[in-house]
Amino acid sequence: MADPMKIRATVAGDSTEVKVLMSHEMETGQRKDSKGNVVPAWFIQTVTATWNGKPVLSAQWGTAIAKNPFLAFKFKGGAKGDKIQVTWVDNKGDKRTDETVIA
Amino acid sequence: MRAGRTARAAAAVLAVVACGALAQTNTADEIAKYRAALQDGNPAELWEARGEALWKEARGPRNVSLERCDLGLGPGVVKGAYTHLPRYFADADRVQDLESRLVFCMVSLQGIPEAEAKEGPFGGPDHKSAIEALVAWITSESRGVKMDVPQNHPKEREAYAVGEKIFYYRGGTHDFACATCHGEDGKRIRLQDLPNLTTREGAQKAYTTWPAYRVSQGELRTFQWRLNDCFRQQRFPELVFTSDASVALTTFLARNANGAAFDAPAIKR
Repeated sequence: MADPMKIRATVAGDSTEVKVLMSHEMETGQRKDSKGNVVPAWFIQTVTATWNGKPVLSAQWGTAIAKNPFLAFKFKGGAKGDKIQVTWVDNKGDKRTDETVIA
Repeated sequence: MRAGRTARAAAAVLAVVACGALAQTNTADEIAKYRAALQDGNPAELWEARGEALWKEARGPRNVSLERCDLGLGPGVVKGAYTHLPRYFADADRVQDLESRLVFCMVSLQGIPEAEAKEGPFGGPDHKSAIEALVAWITSESRGVKMDVPQNHPKEREAYAVGEKIFYYRGGTHDFACATCHGEDGKRIRLQDLPNLTTREGAQKAYTTWPAYRVSQGELRTFQWRLNDCFRQQRFPELVFTSDASVALTTFLARNANGAAFDAPAIKR
């Protein structure tokens, strides 16, 4: 199973900033290994984030996103102690969900 | 006519040289900006999290964790430990850096065979390194602590002296020493400015910013890796992981960084 994400969420004024670090190889499918075989594409395809269960971000990703991606976004609202949950699903069907509370 | 053309050509050459100098300083500034922008989302944190879990996980034939490992400040004390390494350990009767100490603990506490503990210390696309993750977490617990590498035991002083000798030793196909690239200000490899490790500031800035997440490799790299790759670039024979030579050179460089606040895991290009 994939390693956990690191999620930080802080409220400032009327909006909340969420910063997420994900652990993923993000293979483009264009690279060859030392034996000359193509390394198959393996990347995060969808990312979703919820605030107390309500969706605040939904993204479709491709192979142009870097290895071990860093995602930062803001949304209107949020208060200290609210729950933020982030989920990614990759093209192999592997998925990972982690959560944090707004600080 | 002819003289005029030569003068014009000379002026053009001068302009190109001036541009080159300007581009060089701008590049260093831009790389600094790039690092600052990345610092916020440093993927080294992923290694730190994995390392902390590995430290507490029962592993090896004896099925115990590393939590009784003595990094120099007593069994299990991690906070600030990295700033006193390398140092002499009586139980091993040798000077050890963090990586060699971790190998020692894996062998003596967890019962992992030494060859297995030292296998594949540098992670790549096909395997994750336990050592790199452990080093990431342990060093992160020393962030902000001042470097204080001891020189009390005769073997610590010997390691420093040997390390200094290696630093200035010229050899290999290119007749290089560490000091060839790291003994003067303003040297660089391609666009990367190289630290002058013979000055206090240079040694401090370099040593306190390793380990680091290398964006170009997508991996967290430890000081053992840094030295190993420097040896490769010098066309020296491979620096054996956790060898006495690698620990001696680390002792020399770490001791010269004494007094500076440790500031890693960092992020580098």
